[in-house]
Amino acid sequence: MVDDLRMTYGETAAVDGLSLAVPRGSVTAVLGPNGAGKTTTLETCEGYRRAQSGSVRVLGLDPHARRRELLPRIGVMLQTGGAWSGVHAVEMLRHVAALHAHPQDVDMLVERLGLGSCGRTPYRRLSGGQQQRLGLAMAVVGRPELVFVDEPTAGMDPQARRATWELLEELRADGVTVVLTTHYMDEAERLADLVHVIDHGRLVTSGTPYELTRGTGQSTIRLVVTEPFPPEAPASLQRTLGPDADVRAVNAQSLLITGPADATTLAKVSAWCEEHGVLPESLSLGQRTLEDVFLQLTGRELVP
Amino acid sequence: MSGTFTPAPGAAPLTVMVRAQAAMETRLLLRNGEQVLLAVIIPLLVLVGGIVAAGRFDLIGTSRPVDLLTPGVLALAVMSTSFTSLAIATGFERRYGVLKRLGASPLPRSGLLAGKVGALLVVEALQVVVIGGTALLLGWDPVLSAASLSGALVTVLAGTAAFASLGLLLAGALRAEATLAAANLVYLLLMAGGAVVLPLESYGGAGDLLALLPSAALGEGLRTALLDGAFPAGQLLVLAAWAVLGTVATTRTFKWE
Repeated sequence: MVDDLRMTYGETAAVDGLSLAVPRGSVTAVLGPNGAGKTTTLETCEGYRRAQSGSVRVLGLDPHARRRELLPRIGVMLQTGGAWSGVHAVEMLRHVAALHAHPQDVDMLVERLGLGSCGRTPYRRLSGGQQQRLGLAMAVVGRPELVFVDEPTAGMDPQARRATWELLEELRADGVTVVLTTHYMDEAERLADLVHVIDHGRLVTSGTPYELTRGTGQSTIRLVVTEPFPPEAPASLQRTLGPDADVRAVNAQSLLITGPADATTLAKVSAWCEEHGVLPESLSLGQRTLEDVFLQLTGRELVP
Repeated sequence: MSGTFTPAPGAAPLTVMVRAQAAMETRLLLRNGEQVLLAVIIPLLVLVGGIVAAGRFDLIGTSRPVDLLTPGVLALAVMSTSFTSLAIATGFERRYGVLKRLGASPLPRSGLLAGKVGALLVVEALQVVVIGGTALLLGWDPVLSAASLSGALVTVLAGTAAFASLGLLLAGALRAEATLAAANLVYLLLMAGGAVVLPLESYGGAGDLLALLPSAALGEGLRTALLDGAFPAGQLLVLAAWAVLGTVATTRTFKWE
């Protein structure tokens, strides 16, 4: 779907040779920190921007050159805004519905996404979560084949978040392709069939959440200490644990060890702490998460 | 497989989309209190105030004040809607990502523009009914002939095209707040010095230059038609030139986001 895309603004390459594919009927997450190039990539797929180099095909169409053909077939949820400041939520949704040939039942969407409570409040006075839910409803009201949702649950309360997730899962079950960008790991792990991790406008890795987290049979150990580590600590611990484990500094007081989380490794870590006079504040053992994958691949945390 | 969300994509017919867009924009224009003030209240105040003042000070020659002032007040109303209201509304549409969101909907840009024009014409028709009705109650006696009515109608349409293109030029280039300020300022300046309400003769020697302003062309055009009963060909040329100029400049500079 996206092949060797490059987008440069001034001196900065927002997207730098990115290639990725989205299988039809899947939920595909594009995961990365702020500024990774997620929105630029999405907006190129939506036809807002022309690919500066490389090629993009959406449902087999060039999204910029054949935008008029493509637009009725896709649904778009913007990260923010997208409605008149004085419009009422349901009124706005009815308007977008009227632009489509076979729109979804507006009352059903209003009910599902809890938009009825917005009443006659003008859009500019709705909460961030309400605006997000309206944005999602506008993206699906035209019965699209493919929806692009940009950070769909940013700023939502847990209940609205669950309702959104359920709706996106139902879209997939009914054969709609969903492309979502997110920087929430739990969202990608829960929803996505396929995850593309991007950073600095490049693809870091791709796979199912399972392949990315547990496929290797590895677990993680997080070591948090009371005083900052000496600078050579990661290298020193790495030598102690040997080549089976991978040690990364998360920040000055926290290390992430990926590898076999067995009693031997734990014993070695404790012995190393004692030997270097390091006081552990916590030593936690867990399944490798997408967050860990991201940290390990980029050396950075996803949400700073 | 036929679930709730089973895809059935497609655009509504263009006429349906344009009608929906025009209806929506009309509702939003009328919902905004300031716009209604601008569209109806201020022109009515100018009309009544002008008649009262003219009666006291014998400002304007031979015509009856209501006959002289009403065409200009109608021109002022057209200007307020097609220029000021449109510019402000469009500026905030850019700010709130409405244009961006509609840009991803099946509605093409031409349909969006048609919807906007439709909304302007509906609001202007309402303005003509309210202001014209009030003027008739105050004794307005316009010249009614084929030339005067067709002339007035074409002048309103040409004026709308000219001012709408200029309003969009402003809204597409400046930030929403700057558009708001500039659109109101230009409106006030043209109302006072642009020969909309008062005829060109009352501006003395500056009149020849002012005649080239779209505000003067619109005001004089309506006066030529409804007061003199003639077809305002010259003013229409000026308005058409402004419409072309404004459209070319807008298509080159308009930023959607």
